[in-house]
Formats: sequence, structure tokens, C-alpha cells
Amino acid sequence: MRELSVNHLLGIKYLNQGDIDLIFETADHFKEVINRPIKKVPSLRDITIANLFFENSTRTRLSFELAEKRLSADVINFSAASSSVKKGETLIDTVNNILSMKVDMVVMRHPNPGAGIFLSNHVKASIVNAGDGAHEHPTQALLDTYSIRERLGEVAGKNVVIVGDILHSRVALSNIFALKLQGANVKVCGPKTLLPKYIERLGVSVETDLRKALQWCDVANMLRVQNERMEISYFPSTREYTQQYGLNKEILDSLDKEIVVMHPGPINRGVEITSDIADSDQAIILDQVQNGVAVRMAVIYLLASKIKQ
Amino acid sequence: MSQKLLLGAKEIEIILHRLTCQLIENHDDFKNTVLVGIQPRGIFVANRIAKLLEDAYAIPNVSVGQLDITFYRDDFRRGQKPLEANKTNINFIVEDRQVVFIDDVLYTGRSIRAALTAIQSFGRPSNIELLTLIDRRFSRHLPIQPNYRGRQVDAINQEKVKVYWKENEGEDAIYLISE
Repeated sequence: MRELSVNHLLGIKYLNQGDIDLIFETADHFKEVINRPIKKVPSLRDITIANLFFENSTRTRLSFELAEKRLSADVINFSAASSSVKKGETLIDTVNNILSMKVDMVVMRHPNPGAGIFLSNHVKASIVNAGDGAHEHPTQALLDTYSIRERLGEVAGKNVVIVGDILHSRVALSNIFALKLQGANVKVCGPKTLLPKYIERLGVSVETDLRKALQWCDVANMLRVQNERMEISYFPSTREYTQQYGLNKEILDSLDKEIVVMHPGPINRGVEITSDIADSDQAIILDQVQNGVAVRMAVIYLLASKIKQ
Repeated sequence: MSQKLLLGAKEIEIILHRLTCQLIENHDDFKNTVLVGIQPRGIFVANRIAKLLEDAYAIPNVSVGQLDITFYRDDFRRGQKPLEANKTNINFIVEDRQVVFIDDVLYTGRSIRAALTAIQSFGRPSNIELLTLIDRRFSRHLPIQPNYRGRQVDAINQEKVKVYWKENEGEDAIYLISE
């Protein structure tokens, strides 16, 4: 019988291939569960999970909450905007106060990179990182690679290009780790200003010409330009970004093969991807969302099974 | 560790024929009945019975499903070993149908308790029966009894009853194993 090598999911960096295989196989079972007439299992009825969101989120929070409820866990939600954080409480105090109400697991999104790791060293609960600044977003990378595996059969050996704002993207970093770990070839593509220096050290190649990158790849993961994280202008105008790095029907038709299009959401329609592509059969964007619930159920279930009574 | 042969291939075959005939007595042509093998080991018994129904008794196309009970067990986080799930495959309607749970060994009854909860996710069966190849007497933790039993066995808690199948382990045999 196998179990995860970690007690927290802080980043893909800390996982090994066996962990990912186990998460995916468990997610397969949960995917079957969430397609039943009754989509709920009673496994986690004695587990309480706190969702702490110090940063805005729609999809991830709903997905986690649904995953927790489908496992019959008790769920409490917290968002920083309406809390005592505004009154000056520290992160450890906030979390310890919540844990003293007998909470077993914390799902946290935080604007600071490393917040999850910091917390895991100071509190007694399983921590799931739901995004920490521009660092990691492990469940997104797991559901992205799970969706690739579902569509293409396997991840190993596939060519995946991540297009857009790599610099500010935790999705990009986690995806790079997850794809490399599973044996995919990874390329990043975007304006030079949005590609971190030394990104090649992660074992990825760099391309600034979108058409060349698309011609090379089996899968294109289109990222959103994170205007809210930019204090300065990284490109002259949104219009110019779209002309250079926007995915549209014309450029896809000009390729001599059909590629799979992904997007972690939220989509800026007409900026990084046009509506006709986002809504086409080539795009697996809504599959990603459905798989997100199954993958998060698997992660929570496997971590919860390591919490001793 | 020592093991003692309880039943050999010939005896298992006779028992499977008897159980199949008992099922036919109650379910006639199986039009409104589905067989559900309990994962991981009940599926072998279920497949054998479905094959006998078709080959020996000319009742083909009986619905056979596989039900995994991992997520419904009552010992999650209580044992030393983590629980690993198996495949569930119920691609038919159970609403208002007669369901026969099939497992290899009935011991504490906790797996069947979990299966009773699990099957509800697929609808409300008109009734549920239990068929088990081996019934370990006097060891139940719950008030659960089989409707069809292959053989009753008395074994102490430290002993295990293992059912081996030709398609999986290379022989049809049932062993009593003591540590």
C-alpha cells in the first residue's frame, strides 16, 4: 500500500514521481465518483478543513470547497478582506486561533511566496498551498498535467509550451516542475520582459516567436497577463501583446498539426486567447476545471490519510 | 506461517455451481437483477458466476458490476496501512432493481456495511442480497448474514482465509493461513 512522501502539499518541488502517480490514480477514482448520481463519499467525515484565502480567488476556492464537501469534510471559509488580518493580526496568530477550534487541515492562498512553507514549520496541521505569490500553485499544475495525461494518454515525451507572463506566474513555475518531473519537454514563450532571467536553469527552453513555439508543441498552456502584479509596464500596449502572443484561429490554422490548448483561467478573452479558440474542441479549459475537483479530492484524501487520530 | 488447504479446485467448482443454481431459483432470468462484485476480491467470484450462468445455464448478458468500498470504510486513518482504492464500474441502473453483492470471504461484516452505503450513490435498489463463498462464523462485528453461502468456516482471529483464483494466482484453492 502506497502513501504520499510528504505531509503537506507546499509545492511540486517537494513531490516525487511516485507521489504524482498515486495522486493521479486516486484522482481517476474520484473522477468516477463525481460522475455518479450521488457525488459524495463519506471518507473525511471526521476531518475539518479551513480554507484561508488572503488573496482573491474564485475558481480555486470553489474547487477546493467542492472537493472537501464531496469528501464529507467539514469546511470553514475565511477571506482576508473581512477578517482581523486588517486589524494587524499576524499569520501565525490567525492560523493558530483557527486551529484551536480543532481544524485538521489548512488550504491557504497567500500573496507572499513561501507563506505555506513558513506556516508548515509553525503550526500543527496539514497545509495545502493554493497559491503563494509568484512561487507555486501545485494543485493547478497537478490538474493541468492530469488533463494532458487524460487527453494525450501520457505526459512523458510530450512537448508543452507555456505562453505569456512567466515572470509573475506561480502556475508557470509549478507547471514547469510538474512537467519536467513527468518527463515532458517544456518551452516558455513570451515577451523578453516577462521571462525571468536564468529560466533555462530549470531545464526549459526559451522562444520569443509564438508561431515557432506552437509549431514545436503538442500542448500550449496560455497564461493570463497578470496586470495586478505589475507595477511597471512590461510591454507597450495590450494590443501589441495580443498581436505578438495572442492565440487565434489564424495562427492555429497555419500549423501543420492540431495542438491541445489549455488555460488556467480566468481568461482575458481577446487578449491571450480569442473566444472562438477558447470555446473550440481543441481547448480543454473546462476539462481542466472538472479535473481540478477530482485532483483536489485526491490530494486532500491522501494528505488526510496521513493525519493520525 | 503455516497454511492448510480448506477447499480444492473441484470442491470450489461444485460450490460455485450450487450457488449459481440457488441464484437462478430466486432470480429466474435475471432481467431485473444485477450482480455486484465487491473489490478487490469479490470480482473474481462475480465473474465466475456470470460465466457459469452463461455457459452452463444459458442465461447470458447478466449485468455484472464492480464496487469499490474504500471511500466508505469506517477504518479510514485508524489502521497502520493507508487505504488504496480500486476501480468502481457500475454502468447500469440500480434504481428499483435487485442487487446481489458478491464477495469471497465474509468476516466482520464491515466491508458489506460499507458496500451498503456505497451502492446508494447509484440509486435505491428494490432489495439487496449477499452471496459469499466463505462465511467465517462467529466473527461478525455487525448484524449482517449472507443469503447464499458457499462454505462455513470456523477460524480464530489470528488466522486468515485466502481464496486463490486460477486467473489471478494460478490455481483455484482456499487456504487457512495462520501466522
